[in-house]
Amino acid sequence: MEYVTPQSASEASQALLQEGAFALAGGTDLLVKLKTRFVSPSIVVDIKRVPKIMTIEQSAEGWWIGAATPCAEIVEHDSLSKDWSGIVEALSLIGSTQIQGRATLGGNLCNASPAADSVPALIAAGATCVISGQTKEREEAVENIVTAPGITTLSKGEFIIGFKLPKPKLRSGDAYLRLIPRSEMDIAVVGAGVSLSVTEDGKIEAVRVSLGAIAPTQVLLTGLEDIFVGKEPDDDAIQKLVAVAEKACKPIKDKRGTIEYRTKIAGVLAKRAFAIALKRANGY
Amino acid sequence: MSKTHVSTCINGDTHEFLCDTQNTLLDVLRHELDLTGSKEGCATGDCGACSVMLDDRLVCACLVLGVEADGKEIETIEGMSSGSELHPIQQKFIDLAALQCGICTPGVLVATKALLTKNKNPSEEEVRFWLAGNLCRCTGYDKIVRAVLEVAADMRNA
Ligand SMILES: Cc1cc2nc3c(=O)[nH]c(=O)nc-3n(C[C@H](O)[C@H](O)[C@H](O)COP(=O)(O)OP(=O)(O)OC[C@H]3O[C@@H](n4cnc5c(N)ncnc54)[C@H](O)[C@@H]3O)c2cc1C
Ligand code: FES
Ligand code: FES
Repeated sequence: MEYVTPQSASEASQALLQEGAFALAGGTDLLVKLKTRFVSPSIVVDIKRVPKIMTIEQSAEGWWIGAATPCAEIVEHDSLSKDWSGIVEALSLIGSTQIQGRATLGGNLCNASPAADSVPALIAAGATCVISGQTKEREEAVENIVTAPGITTLSKGEFIIGFKLPKPKLRSGDAYLRLIPRSEMDIAVVGAGVSLSVTEDGKIEAVRVSLGAIAPTQVLLTGLEDIFVGKEPDDDAIQKLVAVAEKACKPIKDKRGTIEYRTKIAGVLAKRAFAIALKRANGY
Repeated sequence: MSKTHVSTCINGDTHEFLCDTQNTLLDVLRHELDLTGSKEGCATGDCGACSVMLDDRLVCACLVLGVEADGKEIETIEGMSSGSELHPIQQKFIDLAALQCGICTPGVLVATKALLTKNKNPSEEEVRFWLAGNLCRCTGYDKIVRAVLEVAADMRNA
């Protein structure tokens, strides 16, 4: 196995073009797969020295989070945590303190697990990722990256440099909830991310809800505009949200839960995360 | 098999070694450098027995490639005491019998020191969450948590 540390994005994508090449960010998925011989790369491309891939920056448009920034560093960023509490909540659930010291958003997304915790929160927030390739950079919505467990739409030689989060609207809030069988260090039974904004008179202006671990990929719920936008979120609307969430579920059954249980929990978490995001949007 | 030259600073001393690219930092510490204080419980990031500081971040040495250590600063359990004088955290674990077989202990100590550097007055809940990635099959955790809370109080008053 060869190991290289490209100093620029174009060097990195050049190296990633090679047969059997894998990008290495925090290694918390890749090294486990090496150990268990699930993958045997011929070349490991450590992308952490590519410029901007380890930075967090704020601009007039919003936030940049480098794809290889460790979660621990993101969690410690106070103003980012204020703007996007739900995203920070989600990634602070990844693994243990030790895992947090290394795990990254790029790795969480590109490992393409249906249970990846940061992904529903990023999708709900309307995050995009900037992808570097051989000839050009492109920007893509996070929900367009994973197509099946372990499979992404990145082509050979492409990798993610960073994520863009919009500047949060006035009176907006986001939240992420997950259910696991233990209180720490387990894989999501269901994860639910919600991001919404309200008008001055308490009506919903925009809402996005994304669920994880209930289908082969994270799901962005559709049809919510008709239910919520321009109205106050009453019990009837919330019941409809629960129904939409349950309908989106095509889960597996395993030791963490049956299909019926996961489906029920998806509705419950969507409802609860919605309530938290709404509270935040209203300023408490 | 190709070996890569790596130069790194461990517990304040420069170390140079040749490393197989697929070897982890934990393999290197234990088998090349004879720093066997860091333990291997699982090799997959679940147990925390291999906890070390890498550029001031708590990480699992089993999930870092040895070659990634090039140019980095590493602190292991071997750097915790000053000569034969134990660090107050180590002494407290002995005083309160917060260990039994001792396999998890180096990782727990390194993780505890990292916590108390960031947070001098952690609550019991904060201690339990911080140490959730350090598994112990012997103590039932209670004595560990008590030792951490007590030594934190001692160090605040020192
Ligand atoms: C003990 C333990 C507990 C865990 N708990 C959780 C949990 O609670 N929730 C959760 O969601 N995950 C969990 N994980 C999984 C893992 O920690 C996360 O998925 C993490 O975010 C992966 O990031 P990384 O940087 O370590 O990825 P890496 O291992 O470096 O990479 C993962 C994959 O993505 C590719 N890749 C990495 N970065 C990029 C990039 N920028 N562009 C393109 N491809 C890239 C790599 O080639 C590799 O295939 C856990 C893992 C362990 C070992
Ligand atoms: S040996 Fe590294 S976490 Fe278990
Ligand atoms: S003392 Fe034996 S594992 Fe903790």
